[in-house]
Amino acid sequence: MASSPATEEAFVRFTKVQKSYDGENLVVKDLNLDIAKGEFLTMLGPSGSGKTTCLMMLAGFEPATNGEIYLGDRSINHVPPHKRGIGMVFQNYALFPHMTVAENLAFPLQVRNVGKAETETKVQRALEMVELGEFGSRRPAQLSGGQQQRVAVARALVFEPDLVLMDEPLGALDKQLREQMQYEIKHIHENLGVTVVYVTHDQTEALTMSDRVAVFNDGVIQQLSSPESLYEDPQNSFVAQFIGENNKLNGEVTKITKDTCVVKTNDGTVLKADKVNVDAVGDRTTISLRPERVELDPPKKMDNMLNGKIEELIYLGDHIRVRMTVAGNSEFIAKVRNRGEKRDLVEGETAKIGWSTSDCKALDLAS
Amino acid sequence: MSDAGSNAPVLTNDGVPLKVSLQRALRREKLRAFLLIAPLLIFILITFVLPIADMLFRSVENGIVADTIPQTIKSLSDWDPSTGELPGEPTYAALHADLSVAVKSKTHTRLGSRLNYEISGASSLFRKTGRRIKKMDEGNYKEQFLKADKKWGDIAYWRVIRQFGARYTAGYFLNAVDAENTGDGVQFRPEDEQIYLFLFGRTMFLSVSITVSCLLLGYPIAFLLANIKVRTSNLLMILVLLPFWTSLLVRTSAWKVLLQQQGVINDFLVWTGLISDAGRLVMINNQTGTIIAMTHILLPFMILPLFSVMKTISPSYVRAAKSMGANDWTAFWRIYFPQSIPGIGAGAILVFILSIGFYITPELVGGTSGIFISNRIAYHISSSLNWGLAAALGVMLLAMVMVLFYVYDKIVGIDNVKLG
Repeated sequence: MASSPATEEAFVRFTKVQKSYDGENLVVKDLNLDIAKGEFLTMLGPSGSGKTTCLMMLAGFEPATNGEIYLGDRSINHVPPHKRGIGMVFQNYALFPHMTVAENLAFPLQVRNVGKAETETKVQRALEMVELGEFGSRRPAQLSGGQQQRVAVARALVFEPDLVLMDEPLGALDKQLREQMQYEIKHIHENLGVTVVYVTHDQTEALTMSDRVAVFNDGVIQQLSSPESLYEDPQNSFVAQFIGENNKLNGEVTKITKDTCVVKTNDGTVLKADKVNVDAVGDRTTISLRPERVELDPPKKMDNMLNGKIEELIYLGDHIRVRMTVAGNSEFIAKVRNRGEKRDLVEGETAKIGWSTSDCKALDLAS
Repeated sequence: MSDAGSNAPVLTNDGVPLKVSLQRALRREKLRAFLLIAPLLIFILITFVLPIADMLFRSVENGIVADTIPQTIKSLSDWDPSTGELPGEPTYAALHADLSVAVKSKTHTRLGSRLNYEISGASSLFRKTGRRIKKMDEGNYKEQFLKADKKWGDIAYWRVIRQFGARYTAGYFLNAVDAENTGDGVQFRPEDEQIYLFLFGRTMFLSVSITVSCLLLGYPIAFLLANIKVRTSNLLMILVLLPFWTSLLVRTSAWKVLLQQQGVINDFLVWTGLISDAGRLVMINNQTGTIIAMTHILLPFMILPLFSVMKTISPSYVRAAKSMGANDWTAFWRIYFPQSIPGIGAGAILVFILSIGFYITPELVGGTSGIFISNRIAYHISSSLNWGLAAALGVMLLAMVMVLFYVYDKIVGIDNVKLG
């Protein structure tokens, strides 16, 4: 690895990795991914997108069909899972039901022949880290879902691995607990400086916790970037659609300047948008626009100004969702912040709306 | 619900105690549930529980002596056999009166057979005396009886009659453990006459051997079945269950063909030169034959509970163990195996209890050294007609199983048994 300086900082590295289960279809297509030491990287994607397969290949439970996976500076393709030294948190925790919590935590230390006294200290420290110091003698079945989750995290960390994999660890928890655990895992990561590869299909989870997010679809990484740029600058219509809420307007590129382009929508409305994923005049494109960037009754002139017919108003407390027909799209959503002042929004009436060019992106045509 | 912590029962809106109201509401459901099981319950009670209870009762029941010769028994009650003297004339007179009645209803031969279990010669004694009884004159019965058969002058017969005059007896049970009451306390029979304790021991030993070999053969198969694709495992499961579709008799007979000295396996071994023609292995009509054939027959009963338990063990446990640094063996032995113990428990109990009462297979392939206690019970039921002894042996077998259940519960815990 030292021979290729570009990857000097990469702690985990996938190069040209492919995976097929049946010899006919590729589940993972040509994966190239570098993960830095200490990074929190999330693999995000719908089910069947190949993200869990990638994790399993990294953990060693699935062999890569082609390509190399490096951990540190050695290829681990032929290293069995128990010699990789990677901690893992499983979807349903996989806490050993016939052992107490302390025995569960001691297990990775025992198989490493750590001394008895040292094991006890480490187990207790790990339990305290997840605030379960008093629970060592309980059985996993006697713990609540959230507590089991913490034990699973503690068990994956107790033998001080450099890399921890988490496979949808919060999937079984209810919403409130999930949010709380997101912060806890994030803090543990920050305190220990361990490298985490996290798999989830929940975009909120990915945005909350990660340094970088790899959005998977159809066995390919669609975009790999920070949560912020994932939301602000989606590179294609899949990412725009998958992360956050999104208005889609289909049309054709009529003019391209340096960074922007002009798009004529299907019903003839002309819009200005950032040029992201279009190449030439005449390309079919989908414009992506976040609902909260739409201004109703804009006080000053904006780049894009048009009329929309209000179809439906939904009161949500902190904001009001306005569903309207804009440029032929009847599913167009605008979010109006609830500032306490009275707004004369009436269903069936026409309202003026506007947004700036930089808020809407011309992407590839959404399927 | 209730205000404050008062002890007053919670009432419904109408003032009826809540518990009463709840019971009333549930009564209909309970009745319905009971009616649904009632036909089966009655069927089992009439055809299964009652006959078995009656059968087991025979192990202590002994009414026949007291019913057939009541006056004799009564007059024997103040006779002391330890004096070494025969009973007096009144007893012989009572015997004459009793037998006169018995001969008319022909019950004296049955009494003879019954007492013959305890002392040989009793059967012929009563038959012979029965033929003479009508010709006897009034008075001086002792002399006439002694003339009819000189065994009436043998104190041993009188002692047995007196001893078994009671309505209930422990004699069958003593017999079942190779002991007897000779009049001066309970004693074990001489070593060379003991059979039942030895047979119980052998039954246990063979059942344990069969259970262990079922476990050794069944565990890997169940593991494989639980860890491969569903389609393949379904196919293999059909193969496991295939023996269930052929008659037990056919399967046992097939082993006869395979295992006998001129059988397929011996022929093959001779052909390969592993054994000489003169040194053909004896694998049937002995314990080996019983163990082989019964292991084959009972194997599915081990595999099925093992499989259903293993099916519930998520593969992520072993994966988790490996991710923590355990090698294949450690992951299996410390993580997978302990979780499969409920299946082992269920399978072992099932196989052990089935084999402890097995009858057909040992009968066909067991020879003399491979038979079980059940074969002896069957012999007493159908050949020697000593139902009391058969019942006593059956009760002991039942008690043994119960004790084992209890021990198992204490060691492993009965709620650790899972059938799926």
